[in-house]
Amino acid sequence: MLLIQCPYCDEALPELEFAYAGEAHIARPADPSALSDEEWRDFLFIRTNTRGPHFERWRHIHGCGQFFNAVRDTVSDRFLMTYKAGEPRPVLNALEAAE
Amino acid sequence: MSRYRIPGKGRVDPSAPVTFTFDGRRYQGLRGDTVASALLANGVHLMGRSFKYHRPRGAVTAGSEEPNALIGTSRGPGRFEPNTRATVQELRAGLVTESQNKWPSLAFDIGAVNDRAYMLFSAGFYYKTFMWPRSFWDKVYEPFIRAAAGLGKSPTEPDPDTYASRNLHTDVLVVGGGAAGISAALVAARSGARVVLVDENPEMGGSLLSDPSIRIDGQGSWAWLADQLSQLRAAGVKLMTRTTAIGYYHQNMLGLVERVTDHLDQPPQGAPRERMWHVRAQQVILAQGALEKPLVFDGNDRPGVMLAGAAQTYLNRYGVKVGDCAAVVTSHDSAYYAAFDLVDAGGRVAAIVDTRPTVRADLVEATRKRGIELLTGHTATATYGRLRVKGVRVNPVSGSRVGAGRKIACDALLISGGWTPSLHLFSHTKGSLRWDAESRTFLPDHKTEACQIAGAGRGLWGYGPALEDGVKAGMAAANALGRNATPTGARVEGDRPGTGTSQKELPTDRSAGKAKAFVDFQNDVTAKDIRLAVREGMRSIEHVKRYTTNGMATDQGKMSNINGLMIAADALGKEPPQVGLTTFRPPYTPTSFGAFAGYHKGATFELTRKTPIDPWAEAHGAVFEPVSLWRRAWYFPKAGEDMHAAVARECRATRASVGMFDASTLGKIEVAGPDAVEFMNRMYTNPWTKLAPGRCRYGLLLGEDGFIRDDGVIGRLSQDLFHVTTTTGGAARVLNMMEDYLQTEWPDLDVWLTSTTEQWATVAVNGPNARKVLAPLVEGLDMSDAAFPHMSVAECRVAGLPARLFRISFTGELGFEINVPARHGLALWKAIHEAGQAYDICPYGTETMHVLRAEKGYIIIGQDTDGTVTPQDAGLDWAIGKAKKDFVGKRSLSRPDIVAPNRKQLVGLLTEDGSKLEEGAQIVLDPNQKLPMTMAGHVTSSYDSTALGRPIAMALIQGGLSRMGETVHIPMPNGTIRAKVTSTNFYDPEGERLKA
Ligand SMILES: [Zn+2]
Repeated sequence: MLLIQCPYCDEALPELEFAYAGEAHIARPADPSALSDEEWRDFLFIRTNTRGPHFERWRHIHGCGQFFNAVRDTVSDRFLMTYKAGEPRPVLNALEAAE
Repeated sequence: MSRYRIPGKGRVDPSAPVTFTFDGRRYQGLRGDTVASALLANGVHLMGRSFKYHRPRGAVTAGSEEPNALIGTSRGPGRFEPNTRATVQELRAGLVTESQNKWPSLAFDIGAVNDRAYMLFSAGFYYKTFMWPRSFWDKVYEPFIRAAAGLGKSPTEPDPDTYASRNLHTDVLVVGGGAAGISAALVAARSGARVVLVDENPEMGGSLLSDPSIRIDGQGSWAWLADQLSQLRAAGVKLMTRTTAIGYYHQNMLGLVERVTDHLDQPPQGAPRERMWHVRAQQVILAQGALEKPLVFDGNDRPGVMLAGAAQTYLNRYGVKVGDCAAVVTSHDSAYYAAFDLVDAGGRVAAIVDTRPTVRADLVEATRKRGIELLTGHTATATYGRLRVKGVRVNPVSGSRVGAGRKIACDALLISGGWTPSLHLFSHTKGSLRWDAESRTFLPDHKTEACQIAGAGRGLWGYGPALEDGVKAGMAAANALGRNATPTGARVEGDRPGTGTSQKELPTDRSAGKAKAFVDFQNDVTAKDIRLAVREGMRSIEHVKRYTTNGMATDQGKMSNINGLMIAADALGKEPPQVGLTTFRPPYTPTSFGAFAGYHKGATFELTRKTPIDPWAEAHGAVFEPVSLWRRAWYFPKAGEDMHAAVARECRATRASVGMFDASTLGKIEVAGPDAVEFMNRMYTNPWTKLAPGRCRYGLLLGEDGFIRDDGVIGRLSQDLFHVTTTTGGAARVLNMMEDYLQTEWPDLDVWLTSTTEQWATVAVNGPNARKVLAPLVEGLDMSDAAFPHMSVAECRVAGLPARLFRISFTGELGFEINVPARHGLALWKAIHEAGQAYDICPYGTETMHVLRAEKGYIIIGQDTDGTVTPQDAGLDWAIGKAKKDFVGKRSLSRPDIVAPNRKQLVGLLTEDGSKLEEGAQIVLDPNQKLPMTMAGHVTSSYDSTALGRPIAMALIQGGLSRMGETVHIPMPNGTIRAKVTSTNFYDPEGERLKA
């Protein structure tokens, strides 16, 4: 079982308290009606399916209830970092260097 | 004293005999014995029949890696366990054991003909032998395979035992209580770290228990061990025996299974049988030692053939000699010490046969001194005997030439093909392994977790090096924790250093094709099978493994993996690391389902949510059904009524007068704040801006993909407060979805979301007399149709209780839903029930609710929808706020596939013959088409309607809304049913009854 650092609670807590919530940094378009069918399809369904560091969302559902972002390596299943929703996407190189 | 017990030897208690049975025969062992050691003390080697060929087998090890001696154990009804390793199960008074995989008896087994039908069962036999014809599968092949193969019988009764589960946090977890583990634990503990030391055996000590002649720091090894254990206790180390580390997971989490009662004569009342420990450790030290490998040669599986280290353990730990006259075949120095101990204890060893041309001089000298014949540069080519080994055939080898064979008589054959570091747990962490060409074994390399590996687990041999390495590992763990550790040293006298080789099957002068040289004893895989797999094109060890099943038995190839790899590599002409090693997976040893389930069984398998009104329903004979985690009253049968009669009565009573229903499980979410209406506009399809406080609306929630996710009536209590209801099963999902949008897409909205599902109890009162029942109970509200029309909501008092009163209907009748704080729910229910007596008020359950709503065509999310149904498909276009620029899912409603013609749409169905359709039944347009037919849809809801006097159904049918009046066909096993497509609004289509 993973330990996940909730950036709101500022504590590493067992995976059981959290729920996965899909890929991160996919903002809902401000005006969906302005999107072509293809653009809307991509927003709905197209995901990166990364092998390696993956930007994804989690929710501390059995804790503070907050959604937050994480970078998790899909090969090692290791969390490289977690950060609050709305914070900018971290630079990968720096993260990997820190590993 | 049993025939093979040596007085004064071993750690068993000679003053404490323990009686047990094996295959119905009574035997006596001693306290401290395992079943295997006790049977061996009685001269019993034959303990089981092998998996595929039903060959007679005996215990080949003395530990948890045992592949052969699997037995059934029992302790009364429901407490039968198959496949228990006789080498692990401790003796307890009255233990009943039986051998497995034999018929009619262990000594005479009919299935052993498989042994002669060898060709049928060679590598890949599942893929070849049972290929053709298809019709043979059910009647011939499968029964044959099931009868022939298989392990023990599954228990047939529920397990009455309990299983516990605990969490444990520690600084250092040391796995393995041998020399390395003990020294590591002590060093780490003395640095101030919290340390836990676990071992799967009943006592700590590891191989020290089998090596009493070693002297450490001037003491005998057992005295030293006792002293170390008391020092560990003094240093605060938690010592856990009979505890197996079964899995090593992320971030230093390990699963430990503790066997709590299986060794006890009388388990204490209420004690759990096993306890699963979830351990999170800052640092882990793996000191699991090494496992001995067999040598691979013809007949190496006969009862009486066992690993040399096992024989040494039976002798020194249990005081049992495994035979009157042993012979040894080895490629590792360690087997010499087993032979020496046996002779020193008064046993006989006919010869030591070493595959290596030269042997260390001191071993040669010690062999000679004990009068044991030594044959170096030899091979073993056969064993003699049937149910017990009677001799071994050995031949000199020079170069590639195998000389003439010679028989050495023996009743026990001790073999050793060297040792494999036990790296299973390390492998669970995806730690990488490195091939060590010199020792011809895999050693730990790159680590992924905060762990140390110490002792024989990383290829070190002898107590001196193991102790030293343990100290290093303990210091490394302490230093990683930021603590200062002081190194300790230990002086070992009479150490038993050793080296050896790993090799392929031994050379033979006989036809290798006829040899039954076993690699995997549990799955009956021979050297020939592995070579055949390579000949038939298997290149990777993963393929060889699956084709031959080598290493796939419950012992996960603890004895067989390296030998299998050596043979496969030789057949492929490659070095072993190029062929690769298969991955070990948890659990390390077979683990009971009970240990995994822990408390999650029976009534505590999952929680049951009950409403405040549940006790009344139970007292009034309700039949319950589970709805998500809730238990809900399904129907309230009166004496003599079946479900059909009860539901028909409840339906009639509600439509004729008045019914009451516990709707407390409905999900409820309070949406509050200055931007509440904006939030509702964005989440739900409906327009909310113009909904006045005091009014309600049916709300429809889509996913961003345009498919229906949830629905429910939503009341606006004030400008900034909405009382949202959701489906019973959807409450948590809807709240999660709302929070997601609020937190991450629209954090600018000033809105608060609160789950109130369990804070409100809800009673629905429906029927033409609903107002007459309620009005006398209501204070502070004019309930007249004019003042409080359909789709109204108000705060008032009902039966003296603070309430939110909705005028809404899920039945098509005049209806009210009264919400009161949950603690008053039962009082409200009773008050309404009492007030309703004048109108014969009828409590009804979920089934009647379903029938009444279906008569009106009201959908149930998840029953009439399945995640691919749009508002248009469900005939709910009217619930869409067309003027709204955006809401969740709106953009998708114009996607090409959503607006495409011929989507499945929700319609009503009335059968022509008046029969009731089966929910889930498939619908076709042309019943005469060829098979397989093109399915046009399926039945989603189907009920007997008392109001209509006939069955009704709802269905999703391609282009259904344009097929009104058409006939569709439902092919069933007893013929095709014809049904007419209708509106789903079967009853009171004008909605007059709502206005009552
Ligand atoms: Zn949190």
